[in-house]
Amino acid sequence: MKLELNGVSVNLGGATIADDASLRVETGEMVALVGPNGSGKSTLLRTIYRVLRPTTGTVLLDGDDAWHLPAAEVARRCAVVIQEGEAEFDFTVDEVVLMGRAPYKRAFDRDDATDFALVDQALEQVALRSLRYRSIATLSGGEKQRVLVARALAQQAPVLLLDEPTNHLDLRATLSLLDLIRELGLSTLCVLHDLNLAAAYCDRMYVLSAGRIVADGAPHDVLTEQLLREVFQVDACHVRHPRTGCLQLMFTPLPATPQLADSPASPR
Amino acid sequence: MAPPTGDTSERRRVPTAVLLGLLVIALAAATCLGVAFGTVNVPLPATVSVLAAHLLPGEAWGGFTAVQDQFVWEFRLPRVLLAAAVGAGLALVGTLMQAVVRNPLADPYVLGVSSGAGLGAVFVFVFIPAAAGGLPRYAAAFGGALLALAAVLALSRDDGRFTPQRVVLAGVTLSYLFTAVTTFLIFRSDDPRAANSILFFLLGTLQDAQWANVGVPAAIVVVGLVVGLYYARPLNAMVVGDETATALGYNTNRARAALMVVSALVTGVLVAVAGGVGFVGLVVPHAVRFLVGSNHRRVLPVAALASAVYLVLVDLVCRLVLRPEELPLGVVTALLGAPYFLVLLRRNRRARALR
Repeated sequence: MKLELNGVSVNLGGATIADDASLRVETGEMVALVGPNGSGKSTLLRTIYRVLRPTTGTVLLDGDDAWHLPAAEVARRCAVVIQEGEAEFDFTVDEVVLMGRAPYKRAFDRDDATDFALVDQALEQVALRSLRYRSIATLSGGEKQRVLVARALAQQAPVLLLDEPTNHLDLRATLSLLDLIRELGLSTLCVLHDLNLAAAYCDRMYVLSAGRIVADGAPHDVLTEQLLREVFQVDACHVRHPRTGCLQLMFTPLPATPQLADSPASPR
Repeated sequence: MAPPTGDTSERRRVPTAVLLGLLVIALAAATCLGVAFGTVNVPLPATVSVLAAHLLPGEAWGGFTAVQDQFVWEFRLPRVLLAAAVGAGLALVGTLMQAVVRNPLADPYVLGVSSGAGLGAVFVFVFIPAAAGGLPRYAAAFGGALLALAAVLALSRDDGRFTPQRVVLAGVTLSYLFTAVTTFLIFRSDDPRAANSILFFLLGTLQDAQWANVGVPAAIVVVGLVVGLYYARPLNAMVVGDETATALGYNTNRARAALMVVSALVTGVLVAVAGGVGFVGLVVPHAVRFLVGSNHRRVLPVAALASAVYLVLVDLVCRLVLRPEELPLGVVTALLGAPYFLVLLRRNRRARALR
């Protein structure tokens, strides 16, 4: 299923957080959304899963406007992996995964055999079946993220959105999570902080700067030294990974300029 | 794929149906005790005969006197049923509020909703004495509860975002404010029973229970439970987070608004009829989650039923300890609830430290 954003702008309290952003994710493609902090990555993602209505522009899921579809239908087309802080109440792993069945359920419906089978299958796919009755609070960061991926799988949505899924994960958990996501083969849009990971795992990427998409394409075409200097304000040099041949970036700070030296500099 | 899937046999949990069955039996037993004992004790066989004679008329039930019949059926049964309704309602509202504001310390008493309801009821009592009883009193308490809840939620916002940490602070503060105004209004009104009225709103009692005021509270609590169960799935998701719930296709604003109105309605009616009772809505949901997990489809009915049993027994204790004097409900619920809650807090901290 195809995901498309056309000229999406978001104004919040007078500030333009997203500015005429257009992007598309083709069926089965893994696309990264990168940019410095505050560039509007999460905001853009929120317009897709209906937390923030675009001020202008459209979000299309399989050609239909996500903001004109019923909420449950959007949830059947598009699943989300986001971390929302520690829940104070403890659910077990299978309870969280079962929540993915929400868009298929009416209020008083019972969970049926299909639901449990899908939960089981999803847990199998993320290799967490043995932990299914464990409390979420006892899991490691990597395991928690895999639970959320399993919930997205139980949701059976062809489009997957992820907001910095590798935050706070150790290296092994980071790589195995991204491997897993890649193997699922869903139409995936993933906000990532780490440009090397984005380059290694994604087919294409979009670069956001101050709410605008300033570059898009294959990682090695997009992540030029000039762009990294202008958008991320770092000096970068390209190398090839000696074994995988993958693009690797190595960063050094830009030579300090007076404005940047000690700046909590807000542009306002 | 691997053999049969949806089984939950490995889970170390009592099945919900079994638990609910046991609680129904416990409620029946507690009811018998509640109607048998008091200032005058009625022997249990006679008590059961009285109940049977009223529930299954036509049979020849004997073995009780007319006075015993009056004690059991006229004086005590409405009180016991009201205790059950109040208990169920408090746990229901506590569970809903804890989930909706994502704070396990929330309950109608802590968040100032009970004192808001009390203020509403007293306001009408003082300024519109003609409308001081019955439905207008319920309506006024509901209005007070709703305003208090709206105020607490508004004050818990920081930079336009709702912050679960602030909600208890805002609630406790408003609660003191409302109680102060309520107390002032009562003293100002020359009510000869001023001290009693104030105790009623602070600590609660079922002294005034009679058949005429059982129906409405019981019905409202049942309505609240049904609405709560209707929203059980979105509630589960909202506990994880609002964005998660939205991404799963739920309208969180609508769910939150509906649940807040229902919470205010149940709280208002309960306060109008039984005053402010603390620690039930706080403690019972925690104890129940400990048994059945956090899924609201299980927590809501189990908490309501368990709390009904609990409050019937609490009310019995209140009537027996200083016989013929009565203790307010809130004294016993706090004496029992506070230590239990402290134990819970410690256990919780230890569990977190182990992570």
